Amino acid sequence: MQETINLESVAAQYKESLKYNDFRIVICAGTGCMANGSEKVRNAFLNYIRESGLHVKVELKPEENHKGIFLSESGCQGFCQMGPLVTIEPLGLLYVKVRPEDVKEIVDRTIKENKAVERLLYEDPSSGEKCKGIGDIPFYTRQSRFVLKQCGHINPEDINEYISIGGYAAARKAFTTLSPEDICKEILASGLRGRGGGGFPTGRKWDLTRIQQEKKKYVICNGDEGDPGAFMDRSVMEGNPHSVIEGIMIASRAIGADEAYVYVRAEYPLAVKRIRRAVEDAENAGILGDDVFASGKSLRVHVMEGAGAFVCGEETALIASIEGKRGMPSPKPPFPAQSGLWEKPTVINNVETLATVPLIIKMGAGEFRKIGNAKSPGTKTFALTGHVRNTGLIEVPFGTTLREIVYNIGGGVTNNDGTLAEDGFKSVQIGGPSGGCLTEEHLDLPLDFDSLTGIGAMIGSGGLVVMNRQTCMVKIARFFMQFTQNESCGKCVLCREGTKQMLALLDDIIEGRATVETLELLEKLALAVKKGSLCGLGKTAPNPVLSTMKHFRKEYTEHVVSKWCSTKNCKSLVAPEINPELCKGCTVCTKKCPVGAISGERKMPHKINVSICIKCGACAQACKLNAITGV
Amino acid sequence: MIAEKQILSRTRKFGKVCEILDRYSNDSAKLIPILQAVQEEYRYLPEEVLTFVATSLNLSPARVYGVATFYSHFALEPKGKYVIRVCDGTACHVKGSMSLAEVVMEKLNLDEKRRTTPDMLFTLETVSCLGACGLAPVMVINDEVHGQMTPEKTGTLIDQIIEMEKSYARNN
Ligand SMILES: Cc1cc2nc3c(=O)[nH]c(=O)nc-3n(C[C@H](O)[C@H](O)[C@H](O)COP(=O)(O)O)c2cc1C
Ligand code: SF4
Ligand code: SF4
Ligand code: FES
Ligand code: FES
Repeated sequence: MQETINLESVAAQYKESLKYNDFRIVICAGTGCMANGSEKVRNAFLNYIRESGLHVKVELKPEENHKGIFLSESGCQGFCQMGPLVTIEPLGLLYVKVRPEDVKEIVDRTIKENKAVERLLYEDPSSGEKCKGIGDIPFYTRQSRFVLKQCGHINPEDINEYISIGGYAAARKAFTTLSPEDICKEILASGLRGRGGGGFPTGRKWDLTRIQQEKKKYVICNGDEGDPGAFMDRSVMEGNPHSVIEGIMIASRAIGADEAYVYVRAEYPLAVKRIRRAVEDAENAGILGDDVFASGKSLRVHVMEGAGAFVCGEETALIASIEGKRGMPSPKPPFPAQSGLWEKPTVINNVETLATVPLIIKMGAGEFRKIGNAKSPGTKTFALTGHVRNTGLIEVPFGTTLREIVYNIGGGVTNNDGTLAEDGFKSVQIGGPSGGCLTEEHLDLPLDFDSLTGIGAMIGSGGLVVMNRQTCMVKIARFFMQFTQNESCGKCVLCREGTKQMLALLDDIIEGRATVETLELLEKLALAVKKGSLCGLGKTAPNPVLSTMKHFRKEYTEHVVSKWCSTKNCKSLVAPEINPELCKGCTVCTKKCPVGAISGERKMPHKINVSICIKCGACAQACKLNAITGV
Repeated sequence: MIAEKQILSRTRKFGKVCEILDRYSNDSAKLIPILQAVQEEYRYLPEEVLTFVATSLNLSPARVYGVATFYSHFALEPKGKYVIRVCDGTACHVKGSMSLAEVVMEKLNLDEKRRTTPDMLFTLETVSCLGACGLAPVMVINDEVHGQMTPEKTGTLIDQIIEMEKSYARNN
């Protein structure tokens, strides 16, 4: 018989031990900050604090009751670009881009004298003012961190810390006072929709699985996160793994499962490590195991690493992969809810969905519904990347506008060289390889599950790539096509061969072999691939192409008809140009040009009108000064 | 007698594999974790090991090959000592990651087909998203993540490794 854990006394004990800390130094140990050398910073702190004769702790032990400095680590805080990040509590100071050389000054000034080291504080580029901590950095204040709230505050590798902020109380409630039906009702009432891309109501999915008559059922947590450019789930698993485990527990109780799997991408070694550790610690604490919260119910959680196949994020493929097979999707119905892992009823949920669940049980469906908007309650995490000043991981309520995200949280659009581009916005690609493009006219659109369907885009898992005017949309479409073509499992002919042909057509366009018919063919093929594919990968693969063709038609036509790429990204299609520094204004070229594309005053640099130019090359041949390029 | 001896040496040769198979109780459903563990041991999946795993798990070799070739993490050919993985996820791509791969190819005389240097020192791979997009463009050499890379930094990094390997060879 395992002993039932008393969450309250664990929390009280932990809080008691916290009292014996003068300072807490939190060093971000997410992937980004680690890459920037946060481990060296941590070691420097450890050594210098010891050298200074101060007492340093790296782990809180309840019996240790003399004062000291507590050095702890956190998961990604989203502001990776500014990393390594170091937070000093209780002063609420956030230091950015900290290097081992800075450690001495931080300890001498901040720890010993309670003063801030000004030069390490974040400077708000728009006001030029120094920000003390996350409370006054616009990147943070404009967000509503809800699921990510504890990422960056708590130590992901200490279960006591999670318990001390109220963790596992929702799971206990689910196992001891709520019936499976109650839980499903509550989640249904909350309006929670899956964050893995589809936006299917979680409560409905659970209830469908709950009513199945089989005794054996499974819960699977989908931590495959294959979308290139997305790292939301990674951050939750690394930064607050216990919240995912707690969500799995509640889902298991809701449907009556006694076994669960967490399927994590192998590219995320730190997430695998932390989830494994969380499962182990929860087992050792008597939270997971044979008699969960003395309810007589048992629950085992297994962690499995993926092996590098994007399509394994699709639920039937994921199931095949756990069963030890090739990760190929299979037709639905039967739905996993009816016949999933080992042909037993199975619920598959995304990491972020599951991490939201304990919060809903804790606050109640009614309170949860107050966040976000009517049809899409709650918040959504996005990976904000591309040509934007503050790249990183953000979380906002559904219904937030693109403008708010790009300009206020993201700090505006940048040029290729990283400088701010006043009027540089071109597009935002949303939803990764399944998604589409939004343009200037969509800047004030509230983002939610339903608002994007009409314009050929979707929230997807939450990738947001900001693109400036120097970006070629055809090349972006090709990039996503290349991705899906590589990742097609090969089962459906249209997905396997169709994406290959689409890619070839896009190459024709980019390399100057295309005609107007190419565009028609591409469109036709895109629609066929959508229609004839079995799973979401093939069904959505044409979206980036169709959406760029819709919103940036002119750019495609330029590539095809005028054979030039206005952004100069397509090497074979550089636009004809006269170098104003070389041109002396001799007017020879104007006379040679058969279509009158060149104009200019005598002795002044001339210009080519690219929309008239047929690229015959006559002018370049005639120009003695070699001022004309690109024809 | 001879047959027995052969079997004995065969199992000895596959000692590590047997250990792994034992760890997973010869459960064919655990094929993927088994192959992962085997690959960790050998750094790739040698052909004879795949056949051995198939026989031990009572699966057809075709099934095992099918799985091994489906997932991009499984390598049927040996990789170099330094595996350079250049991220070509969206964030990195938009920030010019492909020029990093070009530098590597140029420097090490590799191309689309030849991904490993003849001295087995380097293997170049492109991967889609390493989850460190905030630092795009990103590349990983073995387990070390390098963020905000430039073509120049990439070149220097490779030179450093080559230099290190040379001095290592001299000192041994
Ligand atoms: C090709 C493909 C890849 C997918 N990749 C993921 C993924 O990486 N993570 C994820 O949670 N869902 C992914 N999904 C969606 C899942 O199939 C499934 O809908 C989701 O995990 C359900 O969880 P939710 O209801 O909590 O969103 C993918 C779907 C397709 C078609
Ligand atoms: S649509 Fe593509 S990825 Fe999906 S099952 Fe068919 S071939 Fe495989
Ligand atoms: S021929 Fe050359 S130098 Fe003369 S006007 Fe044309 S571009 Fe200028
Ligand atoms: S890894 Fe530190 S902020 Fe992202
Ligand atoms: S796109 Fe390169 S790390 Fe995500």
